[in-house]
Amino acid sequence: MTGATLSSPKTGARAFSLAPWLGVAPFFVFAVLFLIAPTFSLLVGAFQTPQGDFTLDNLWRLGQPSIRNSYLLSLEVSAASSLLGGLFGLVLAFAAVRGGLPAWVRPTLMTFSGVASNFAGVPLAFAFVSTLGRMGLVTLLLDRGLGFNLYQHGFNLFTFWGLTITYLYFQIPLMTLVVAPALDGMKKEWGEAAESLGASRLQFWTLIGLPILGPSLIGAMLLLFANAFGAIATAYSLTGPSLNIVPILMFAQIRGDVLHDPNLGFALAFGMFAITGLSNLAYLALRARSERWMR
Amino acid sequence: MKQGSTGAWVAMGLGVLYFLLPLIATFEFSLRLRRGEYSFDAYRSALGSGEFQSAFLYSATLAIVTIVIAIVIVVPTAYWIQFKLSWLRGVVEYITLLPLVIPAIVLVFGYIKLFNTESWLPLTGSAFGSDVLLTLGYVGLGLPYMYRSVEAGMRALDVKTLTEAAQIQGAGIGTVLFRVILPNLRGSLLSGAFLTFAIVIGDFTYASLLNRPTFGPYLQRVGAARAYEPAALAIMAFAITWGCMGVIQIVGQGGRASRARS
Repeated sequence: MTGATLSSPKTGARAFSLAPWLGVAPFFVFAVLFLIAPTFSLLVGAFQTPQGDFTLDNLWRLGQPSIRNSYLLSLEVSAASSLLGGLFGLVLAFAAVRGGLPAWVRPTLMTFSGVASNFAGVPLAFAFVSTLGRMGLVTLLLDRGLGFNLYQHGFNLFTFWGLTITYLYFQIPLMTLVVAPALDGMKKEWGEAAESLGASRLQFWTLIGLPILGPSLIGAMLLLFANAFGAIATAYSLTGPSLNIVPILMFAQIRGDVLHDPNLGFALAFGMFAITGLSNLAYLALRARSERWMR
Repeated sequence: MKQGSTGAWVAMGLGVLYFLLPLIATFEFSLRLRRGEYSFDAYRSALGSGEFQSAFLYSATLAIVTIVIAIVIVVPTAYWIQFKLSWLRGVVEYITLLPLVIPAIVLVFGYIKLFNTESWLPLTGSAFGSDVLLTLGYVGLGLPYMYRSVEAGMRALDVKTLTEAAQIQGAGIGTVLFRVILPNLRGSLLSGAFLTFAIVIGDFTYASLLNRPTFGPYLQRVGAARAYEPAALAIMAFAITWGCMGVIQIVGQGGRASRARS
């Protein structure tokens, strides 16, 4: 403190006070130009006619069968992969945190989850083609070893379930990463306190465990939902246009205006933004709520 | 917890199976190029192609420029938030989360709408403009990780004392930032940088919609045209991701890679 008063006479202090603003200015200019304005311009476009007048017609026309089916398919893929990913990710996190496994299991799982949750995109699609494609290792092993041909029994990697299984590869680890801290927050004392008051394990989980974990679990699954809804590279590379989820449709719209209507394209983006934005915001809100228990 | 242990082992075993099988299968697949025997021919063929080298170099160059710009934007911001403008912390944090909230494909759609050839800043009109746009887009994608990493590092420093000590010695604000603060953030900057590197190398959406010849679109094209090279490339891509994450773990700082995006 004394140093500051010593070294900065009045004039120096005044010149210095502009510096903070100059320092943060690039950040805000960047944020406005490359995060806020582009999104805002799309949202405005969603409510405009080609002439620039206000309209709700674009949103209304999202209801046409082809676009509605895209949204439904996207919702289904996201719901399936976030529910299954949430379930399996929780089981893995639970096993690592409270399963009584050796101490090295947990950090190993967490490191691996950090990598795998980022392993989305084109290479992931390649990996699953090598595994469960027609010539994939697992397909061949099942066929030659057990005489069970997956593809003759209705399985196909390039369909809804194939895409969902592939998405699970980054959804499960993401869930594990996100819920492990919440499971940590479940203090041993709570279980002991409940037990000493005569509660059964079931009662502990239904009356204490789940109500406390609930917001974290729901929040994490919403995060997974948004994550799947916005993902494109994996699907583009795996199933291509044969599975016309919203991001794939939007990709085609950006490339070549397949809807023959730029403003309808903006409305498509608005719908996607609304769905992922709302589930992400709900996740952030629920996380803030559940952090109360982790102090 | 005794009875839970068997269940925990089973769960972990199934998890290991699900996560390792695709890696093993991809590796096995990548060795199948030569008929009847395993070989590394697919790797040789992929690595030897000029297109691979130029695409990878292109992405790596963009990644380095992205990292430099991100540091120049993030470090002063985090510094002033910590030092003088702490009331802005919440706003800045929310802004840095935006790239996680808004899907990448929506953001790039916005870029193409806002910076098209008829706009006030027609970046998409030229190759160089598209590169600039792509790079700044990548700065955005990496922002949540870079900011969090730098912010955590900054919190661990006594920014006030360091600044005042340097000022007593007559240092200007530039000297404080680049000769005092920056070297002390080495760990944070490294984890932010490697995560950004992994994001840029792994990107497909931005580059293909902005028509730039980077690694992601190249991978996708190979995937559509070839049988075994894609598996070899996937193994290499996984190794790069692992390498980046490994460095982050070693550097410490707990720079957690928490969101899958693309």
